[in-house]
Amino acid sequence: MTDTSDPDGSGGDDPAVDVAEVEHVAELARVRLAEGETAAFADQFAEILEYFEALDEVPDLDREEDLVNVMREDEIEEGLTQEEALSNAAETEDGFFKGPKVS
Amino acid sequence: MAADYNLFITEETIEGDPDTSGPLAGATVAVKDNISTAGVRTTCGSEMLADYVPPYSATVVERLTDAGATVVGKTNMDEFGMGTTTETSAFGPTRNPVDPERVPGGSSGGSAAAVAAGEADVALGSDTGGSVRCPAAFCGVVGIKPTYGLVSRYGLVAYANSLEQIGPIAGTVERAAEALDVIAGPDPNDGTTRDPREVEGVNPGVPEGGYAAAADGDVDGLTVGVPTELFDGADERVVETVEAAIADLEAQGAETTEISLPSVEHAVQAYYVIATSEASSNLARFDGVRYGHRADSEGNWNESFAETREAFGAEVKRRILLGTYALSAGYHDKYYRKAQDAREWVRRDFDDAFADVDVIASPTMPVLPFELGESLDDPLRMYLADANTTPVNLANLPAISVPAGEADGLPVGLQLVGPKFDEATVIRAASAVEDR
Repeated sequence: MTDTSDPDGSGGDDPAVDVAEVEHVAELARVRLAEGETAAFADQFAEILEYFEALDEVPDLDREEDLVNVMREDEIEEGLTQEEALSNAAETEDGFFKGPKVS
Repeated sequence: MAADYNLFITEETIEGDPDTSGPLAGATVAVKDNISTAGVRTTCGSEMLADYVPPYSATVVERLTDAGATVVGKTNMDEFGMGTTTETSAFGPTRNPVDPERVPGGSSGGSAAAVAAGEADVALGSDTGGSVRCPAAFCGVVGIKPTYGLVSRYGLVAYANSLEQIGPIAGTVERAAEALDVIAGPDPNDGTTRDPREVEGVNPGVPEGGYAAAADGDVDGLTVGVPTELFDGADERVVETVEAAIADLEAQGAETTEISLPSVEHAVQAYYVIATSEASSNLARFDGVRYGHRADSEGNWNESFAETREAFGAEVKRRILLGTYALSAGYHDKYYRKAQDAREWVRRDFDDAFADVDVIASPTMPVLPFELGESLDDPLRMYLADANTTPVNLANLPAISVPAGEADGLPVGLQLVGPKFDEATVIRAASAVEDR
């Protein structure tokens, strides 16, 4: 955390976002960022997260809406054929999806 | 004409059943490009799915073609529904037929613009935080966001599945209601769909003759709540136009009463935390293995996935990262849990309000249509434009945007919100707005 992206200068527990943090989250999400995006996101996230701070004012509430489970019999139905299921894959082999190498 | 406004990503036809009768027989329908169409590519406005051809159709598409409607094309949209202007599309922005220098709203901008330009009788959009109502307002047409669970999402490419519904856009309230009659109803392929007639405490559900029969313009004795929070901070020209439309409802026998919904001040924050969190999970599926773009990568699978996912546009990356951040260790309670509390608060606020009023009226959008490029580099400003639409998604309620008039030659939309599964009342009230 640095103070450079903390626009109101309040510091403390406020989540300032720096470039390293954006890079970390991008790595968690497996999204490569383009040139310049990291710095732009750090500035924008600081502004957006500061706006999200107002959620602190929301009272703690228990969910009141009653939810019901929707169940059905587990019956065999016709689904996609193997050919249809594979039709959009970039790479297939012997009727399987072929992913990138593991290591 | 169509090419000038960049309405469609793909112009292909799916013929409707010719041997059927009913209001949509022979009608043309434009379908948002995040709704699956068997054999016709479905891009979500993204480079990631530029060549994706679904092997099955969404339930709503089946229902429309079974009712005799012909699909005329797949409409442009903000990438994966993430935007308020249709400018985040990888296929370029759509222009507003009312004023081509302005955006049509979003994210279902191509759908609303196609109806406004006369390229389709009806269009389907999806509404996660206002994406049907916003473009309807900006293009001067009608858009309905149904109660969560009224319309099947089977075949809709998910962005934030706890918030979104597919909804119709049309030139008139009755036309939009006719389309809703066709697409509404339980679907075994979407476990969240309900039959309104079987939901406890819901009144009146589906009227005899369907939703279209509710477009009778009869608002005599109807109580309209006017929440101050959804007028504060809106453009004065918008407020004046909407207030004039509400006064016309009064002249037709409706009663208006000022109400307060204090929770909605937190709706935009809650919406963006929940929507981005769900997006970070839903969009994890785009890894280039089963479908979609795949980068040529020499790296291991983590590097390969990251390189493949570089193809998302900036707004999509922004939301995936914000959602990942909001759910990450140490921040979950601060953001996600508080956003769920805010969602419950909004739901209770509307519930309390509907003890006293039949519908709630406000501007759909607090602003007039943006000029092209105006808000694209300022995400927070774009998010704030969703202030009046997002509360409805958080509370799972039905809402409609109906043209209220014009300000400076630009369309202004009036939003009417109703109790859960009471689409009939918002349709009735909206039909009185357009009758005046």
